[in-house]
Amino acid sequence: MSGPSQEAVAEPTSEAIRTEAADWILKRRMAKAWPEKEQQALQDWQSQSTAHLLAYLRLEAAWKQTDRLAALRSPMRLPAPQANPRRKYLLRVAAVSAAAAVLAAAGMNYLLPSHGRVFATGIGGHQRVTLTDGSLVELNTNTTLRLAADGSARTVYLEKGEAYFRIAHDAAHPFVVIAGNRRIIDVGTAFVVRREPKQLSVALVEGRARFDTPTDQAAQVIELKPGDEVIATANRVMRRTKSISKLSDELGWRHGNLVFYGTTLSDAAAEFNRYNIVRLVVADPKAGRLKINGTFAANNARAFIDATQVVLGLKVEDRNNEIVISK
Amino acid sequence: MTDTSETDRDNAGARSQAMTAREEDLHAWFVREVLPLEAALTNFLRHNWRNRSDISDLLQDVYVRVFDAARKSIPSSTRAFVFTTAHNLLVDKLRREQVIPLQAIENLEALGIAADAPGPDEHTIAREELRRVQAALDLLPPRAREAVVLFQLHGLSRQEIAQRMGIAEKTVTSHLNAGMRALADLLYGGAKQGRPIP
Repeated sequence: MSGPSQEAVAEPTSEAIRTEAADWILKRRMAKAWPEKEQQALQDWQSQSTAHLLAYLRLEAAWKQTDRLAALRSPMRLPAPQANPRRKYLLRVAAVSAAAAVLAAAGMNYLLPSHGRVFATGIGGHQRVTLTDGSLVELNTNTTLRLAADGSARTVYLEKGEAYFRIAHDAAHPFVVIAGNRRIIDVGTAFVVRREPKQLSVALVEGRARFDTPTDQAAQVIELKPGDEVIATANRVMRRTKSISKLSDELGWRHGNLVFYGTTLSDAAAEFNRYNIVRLVVADPKAGRLKINGTFAANNARAFIDATQVVLGLKVEDRNNEIVISK
Repeated sequence: MTDTSETDRDNAGARSQAMTAREEDLHAWFVREVLPLEAALTNFLRHNWRNRSDISDLLQDVYVRVFDAARKSIPSSTRAFVFTTAHNLLVDKLRREQVIPLQAIENLEALGIAADAPGPDEHTIAREELRRVQAALDLLPPRAREAVVLFQLHGLSRQEIAQRMGIAEKTVTSHLNAGMRALADLLYGGAKQGRPIP
């Protein structure tokens, strides 16, 4: 307690007691068996003070309410991770969708955005939005998405940044994403769109979609299949194919992760800089070409640096808002 | 959760002879009648206490007083009893600290919270509660939410969650711990909707 009352000085705060109570509840729920000894220890803790007991009762009551959600959940199972790496990645995409579907179902009751509404994330931000038609949109770091003002539920504008779309199927009403003068038309698939100042990229994870440029009749119209990626600059449109595992790695941000596989340190640093105010600067081109593998938390550049410093034997200099890396 | 933990809970319940039926009634009463008042109670405390960082501790103190009194006898009107206790606690604290005049505390009758209002029917409550849980779940910080969804809704083990999220098992526990506390705040009213949860 931060007030001047005498009695409170030596007492743990209510938040500290709650943390301890939550630990007890988790310990009990995770345990395969709960012997008498453990039960006695729990009861001893509870009887130490009424505050302990009440914090426990309160948190357990809240936690139990989510048990009921689990009971209502459709019998969809998360697939088990498998040994074959390619298969594993495919399953990971499916698992991600399954978790997203649960969250989408949870969000639908109140996340009903009105027309013309704008969703935006800052640096390091991540937001899930469920649209009125049931489609799910996930905004990555530093992203702005605007819903169509004319009331058509299935048109959105990507003003900047990156978003993952999982579209509810409706063949009669295609879903349209507009990014500048480019357009993606989709009837029920999953894809990711990343808009940068000079370049737009669209990658299809599932289903089919069409990419076009409504303002320019002469421009190429591209039909996208899973794994296809379109990269468009002001006057060029290119297409290439990516493996699903690579696509899945690039979607690691949906879990808050950056996944690197044979990625150069320069590219990895650029990725981290999208998510963090602290900037990673690779001062030495030789160090920049070093290859990195692994999964890292996008919002923890320092942990990434600590890990690579040890593994690659790099020199790291910590300035105010910059971390300078050299060999 | 899994069947195993249900069975364990029952066994533990059977084993703990120490906990009398009366004590169990008291726990159930606290969860059923006191916790749903938390949103209104938090509001009352916020209105009448300058220092926002004290609110969570004050809430705990009110609960402890209410519960200790109920050990002797469960009050007939929980709502009136809880708010009177909160009022008295604030008066005691102010008197001790001699900071704000006593009149600063809002009149209970004027707030209209002393009386027991008739509640909605049980079906509505059940549906409303489920919606609140769904909404609360979606307001959790993303990493905590993901851990809670995998643990509670999918029944994954701590190790499986750690693998899936690419984090240490210890970190899974701390996400779950934070998620559980934030969930209780959202459900019972300690945290305002739309305000980010720390």
